Amino acid sequence: MTSDPIIKPDGTRARANMPDYAKAYAAFSWADAERDIDGFGDGSLNIAHEAVDRHVAAGHGAQVAIRWIAKAGDSRDITYSELQDLTNRFANVLRNQGLEKGDRVYSLLGRLPDLYIAALGTLKAGCVFCPLFSAFGPEPIQSRMEIGQANAIITSSRLYRRKLKGIRGNLPDLRTVFLIDGDEDATIDLNAAMNAANDTFTTERMQPEETALLHFTSGTTGKPKGVVHVHQAVVAHHATGRLALDLRPGDTYWCTADPGWVTGTSYGIIAPLTNRVTMIIDEAEFDVDRWYATLAREAVTVWYTAPTAIRMLMKAGASAAKPHDLTALRFMASVGEPLNPEAVIWSNNTFTMPFHDNWWQTETGGIMIANYAAMDVRPGSMGKPLPGIEAGIVAVEGGTLRELTAPMAIGELALRPGWPSMMRGYLHEQARYEKCFRDGWYLSGDLAMRDADGYFWFVGRGDDLIKSAGHLIGPFEVESALLEHEAVAEAGVIGVPDETAGEIVKAFVALKPGFEASESLLLELTGHARKRLGPAVAPKEIVFRQNLPKTRSGKIMRRLLKARELGLPEGDISTLESDER
Amino acid sequence: MTHEEAEAAIAEELHAIAPEIALEDIDRSGVLREEFDIDSMDFLRLVTALGERFELAMPEADYPQMGSFDALVGYLKQKTA
Repeated sequence: MTSDPIIKPDGTRARANMPDYAKAYAAFSWADAERDIDGFGDGSLNIAHEAVDRHVAAGHGAQVAIRWIAKAGDSRDITYSELQDLTNRFANVLRNQGLEKGDRVYSLLGRLPDLYIAALGTLKAGCVFCPLFSAFGPEPIQSRMEIGQANAIITSSRLYRRKLKGIRGNLPDLRTVFLIDGDEDATIDLNAAMNAANDTFTTERMQPEETALLHFTSGTTGKPKGVVHVHQAVVAHHATGRLALDLRPGDTYWCTADPGWVTGTSYGIIAPLTNRVTMIIDEAEFDVDRWYATLAREAVTVWYTAPTAIRMLMKAGASAAKPHDLTALRFMASVGEPLNPEAVIWSNNTFTMPFHDNWWQTETGGIMIANYAAMDVRPGSMGKPLPGIEAGIVAVEGGTLRELTAPMAIGELALRPGWPSMMRGYLHEQARYEKCFRDGWYLSGDLAMRDADGYFWFVGRGDDLIKSAGHLIGPFEVESALLEHEAVAEAGVIGVPDETAGEIVKAFVALKPGFEASESLLLELTGHARKRLGPAVAPKEIVFRQNLPKTRSGKIMRRLLKARELGLPEGDISTLESDER
Repeated sequence: MTHEEAEAAIAEELHAIAPEIALEDIDRSGVLREEFDIDSMDFLRLVTALGERFELAMPEADYPQMGSFDALVGYLKQKTA
C-alpha cells in the first residue's frame, strides 16, 4: 500500500473508452447501458444474438471473430459470418436431438473451437449452457451434472472414455452425448450431425430473466454451488468489457482463462464478442516464450490474464519479453486473486503499462471493481466500483449489518444488488442463496477496505482471516510481503490455533529455482517479513514446500493448507489443480 | 552459568525470533521488547525456549525481572546459580 501510484499520461486517458471515471460513474445508468444491446425489440433478447448475429447483420461478417491457435502452433480463423453459420448448425443439432428451450447442455472440452460454437449455439437454442473444466475428474463432473440435471454434453472421445462413460449410469437426466471426434456406443458424432444440419436458425427470443448460464463454484463446505445467470446479464458483460477492459470493435483480445471457469465465459466468450473484437484462443497451457510470441505475432491489443501467470512471467524476467515486439498492447488486466504490488510495478516497468487488477466473483457474473485505463493505479488495490455498481464495506454482527465508512476500516465487501449479471440463485439451494443477502446488500464473503479516495483493497477471504493477539490479519498482506523476497515463488498464509494468541500466523513458502531451503534462508525470510510487516503481523512460523496447493485460477488453497495443518477433512477439492509437495 | 554463556544463549534464541536485529545495534539496558521489536507472543516464545534449554521454570510472575537484555542475563545467571 506504500507503493507510489502509477500515474496515467494524458494521452492514455484521452484514448480510453472511459476517459473520466468520476464523470462516467455519476452519469451511468443500466437503462442507458441496455441501449448498447440490440434485443429483439419486444423486450426479449438472446446473448448469442448480441455476440454474433447482430454484427453480421451490421455488415461485419467478414471480420475474424476467433483466431484459434492449436497446441502444435497452426491456427484457424473463424469469421463472425462463419460463427453465425456454425452456431446455427449447432442449435439445429440440438433441436434434431430433441433438446428444447430450458434444457441443460454441458461441455467438457479443452479450448477447442467446438467449445465456443457449442456455447453460443446452446444459447441460440434457448438451452442453458454449463461449461465444465476438462481437468475435472469424474467425481466433480458427476456432482455438477447431477445438481444441474444435465440433459446433453459435448465432449471428446478421450474425455468421454476416461471420465464420463463410467458415471453415465448415475445421470438419469443425461439423454445425449455429443463427441467431437468419432463415435462410441450411445453417442452422437457431432461432426456428422453438424454437416447434416441446416445453417439457418431462428434464435430463441428469451425473456431477460430466463436462465442462460450455469457456473459452479466451490463452497467452503459441502457440495459445489450452481450459480444461475440469465440472458439479461449480457448488458453487464458488454458494458463491463467496454469500461473495465477497454474493449472496442476491432481489438485483438486475448483472455487466457479457460471457459470452464466464469472468467473464460463472461470475458472469454461473451463480452469480447458482443464488443466485436477478434479473440485469440490458445489451446495450449502457459509457456513464457509461447505467450510472448503470441502477443507479438497476433498484435494483441488487450490482454486479460491471471496473477499466477504474471508471477511466472516475472520469474522468467523482463529479458524474456525483450526480444518480442509488444507495442500493439494497449491494456492489460488481471483477475483471479489479488495481484501483489510488486507484480503491478514490475509490469509497468516491463511493458510500460501496468496490469490492471480487478475483482469479481462467479456470483457477480461480471467485473465489479476495477482499475481502469484512464485511472491512476495504486499498486495492490483492486480499484474502484464499476459505473452502475455501489460497493461498501460492512460489518455483520449478531444479525445486524452496519456500513463501515471510516477509511481503511476492515469489513466485508458488499454490493447493492440490481446489476444485470448478478446471480439469480444457487440452483436448488434457496436458503444458501438467501444467506448471501442482508439489509439490501449482497455479501461477498471477501474482506476488504476502502481508502479515503475510494480505492478498494483486498484483505482476504472472510474465512481466511487470521485473528492473532487481538489483531485482524489478512493473509494476503503477509503473502505479499513474503513474495517481495527474491527467493519466494509462492506463499500461502493461514492462522493456526494458539492457546495464547487465539491464532498465530503460519506461512507456507515455495522457493524459486536456484534457492535452497535452509536454516539461514528461514531466518532471512523471518527477518524480511518482520521488517515489512512488524511483529504483530509477520508469520511466527515459516515452512518450506516445493509447491503449494492451487486452484485452476491460481488461488493458493489456504483452506486446504489449514485443513491439513489441523488434521481436518479436506472438503471439496475438485478445484485443486496443483497440489502441495 | 557464566555471564558470557547467558548472553550467548539469549542472543541465539532472540536471533531465531528476530533475525533482522543485530545485538550490537541495540541498547542492552533498554526495554527488551522495544529493542528487539518483539510482541508478547515473541516474548513468550523466547522465555519458553530459554526455559526448555536450561530446564528452568520461568514463571509469568518473574517477567518483570526480564525487562531488558541485561536484566534477562542477570535473571538467568541468578536462577542457575
